[in-house]
Amino acid sequence: MELFQMTQSSEIILKTHASFLAALLLAPVIPGIINRTKAFFAGRKGPPVLQLYHDLFKLLRKGVVYSSTTGWVFRAAPVVTLTASVGVLMLLPATGAAPALISFPGDLILFAYLFGVARFFTVTAALDTGSSFEGMGASREVQFAALGEPAFLIALAALASLSNRISLNGIFSELAVNSFSNLPVLLLVMTTILLVLLTENCRIPVDDPNTHLELTMIHEVMILDNSGPDLAYILYGSALKLWAFGTVLISIALPFKTGNYFCDSAAFLGGIFLLAVLVGTVESAMARFRLDKVPKMLITAAALSIIALSLTLR
Amino acid sequence: MIILLLTNFSLLASSRLDACIRIITFQGIIIAFLPILTVRETHIIFSYPPYLLALVILTVKGIVFPVLLKHTLRSVKVRREIEPFVGYGASIVIGVIAMTFSFWVCRQIPLHGTTLSASALPVAIFTVFCGLFMIVSRVKAITQAIGYIVFENGVYVFGSALLIEQSFLVEVGVIFDVFVMVFILGIMTFHINRAFDHINTAKLEKK
Repeated sequence: MELFQMTQSSEIILKTHASFLAALLLAPVIPGIINRTKAFFAGRKGPPVLQLYHDLFKLLRKGVVYSSTTGWVFRAAPVVTLTASVGVLMLLPATGAAPALISFPGDLILFAYLFGVARFFTVTAALDTGSSFEGMGASREVQFAALGEPAFLIALAALASLSNRISLNGIFSELAVNSFSNLPVLLLVMTTILLVLLTENCRIPVDDPNTHLELTMIHEVMILDNSGPDLAYILYGSALKLWAFGTVLISIALPFKTGNYFCDSAAFLGGIFLLAVLVGTVESAMARFRLDKVPKMLITAAALSIIALSLTLR
Repeated sequence: MIILLLTNFSLLASSRLDACIRIITFQGIIIAFLPILTVRETHIIFSYPPYLLALVILTVKGIVFPVLLKHTLRSVKVRREIEPFVGYGASIVIGVIAMTFSFWVCRQIPLHGTTLSASALPVAIFTVFCGLFMIVSRVKAITQAIGYIVFENGVYVFGSALLIEQSFLVEVGVIFDVFVMVFILGIMTFHINRAFDHINTAKLEKK
């Protein structure tokens, strides 16, 4: 029996590592679920849920083609995207049941800025290719990011002032304690984060991930010239980004912690899959907004987060 | 309270007139329930004034105002607000600044024992501001009438937040004053339309 006795701290270390690895492994399932939901609404059967895994393995085995107009930024961008996404996942309680792998006070700013670094490199790589098509996508991307980042940061600030902690890990463990009295603030913050999630992960009200037409592309157009393992890194990084935003949303939405690792993880995974179904439903039910309505939506998200912040400071 | 706050923001944001009318109907219905909430505080459950007042407000703000405004809309034949002086984004930003200002102002005021929730007073001041802002920044005469209704809603919530007991006659008097005002505004809009063939107040200045 002594072989299986673990001390308290090593049990927590095992749980955090297991959660982190589970998140890394399960992230590509989410786009699969979204595509399946969209196919269900369209009356089709749709691609298999594990399709992204097949795509990633196929791309990793292929060779890379680099355009002759690109420099080192184009080669560096996919690696930076992947590293930043994995770094962000280290800051979050990855399956909601165990604390985050790395946490320190103020790491919510690192959360926003790791994605900012990834976005900077992606945008610069898109400009590096010299194609005006990708430049158009880059300009749209930074326009929406400039409006979406304040909304997201203020929503995180509202959460931080609500729970009196400035570390992501601390916020989510504090929020679990009393959530019913803070329900209006949490609802406002959740709405803001949902709108920012739809913007950042190129989902339908903002960007159509299926089409490659000039009218509807923002994120897709910036990666048109990537191929092989680079494209695999970018696709996997975007799946991790979706998982990260989903983690923030579900950690706010599921306030209770039973204390049992497997129960919490199962509840959290159920929550993330439900979020994927919700995103798929939103994508099927709406058309993409006309491009001048997207800044209005983002300003509305920012206003909602400012309302949430002022309600917590009252 | 927070729903009231959000309805003010959606009023600032919407440029469609029928949506505006629906939002102020919803606002009026929410406000109509405020006297009933104060009953719990004063522990006198079966006195009739609060319920009667709530009923009167519900009738006037929830039924009479929308009917009057829709009648005016139909007789004037406009569909949406065209190019207000202050656009969508700027309206929301000004709304946010006004909201933080009203929250800050209410922290400076020493309050003891409000009958409604602690955020009622800032929301009331913010509603007053939204109403006045709508009167100033919108072009059509009907949205200015809607702004006046919102302003009066804000004044009423302000009064409810600070009073201990509802004085029935005063409140009913105020409600009928507002009703007469909206009625007259509707008649005026109709006459402006008949004289000038539009209700665009910005164009009234031109020759």
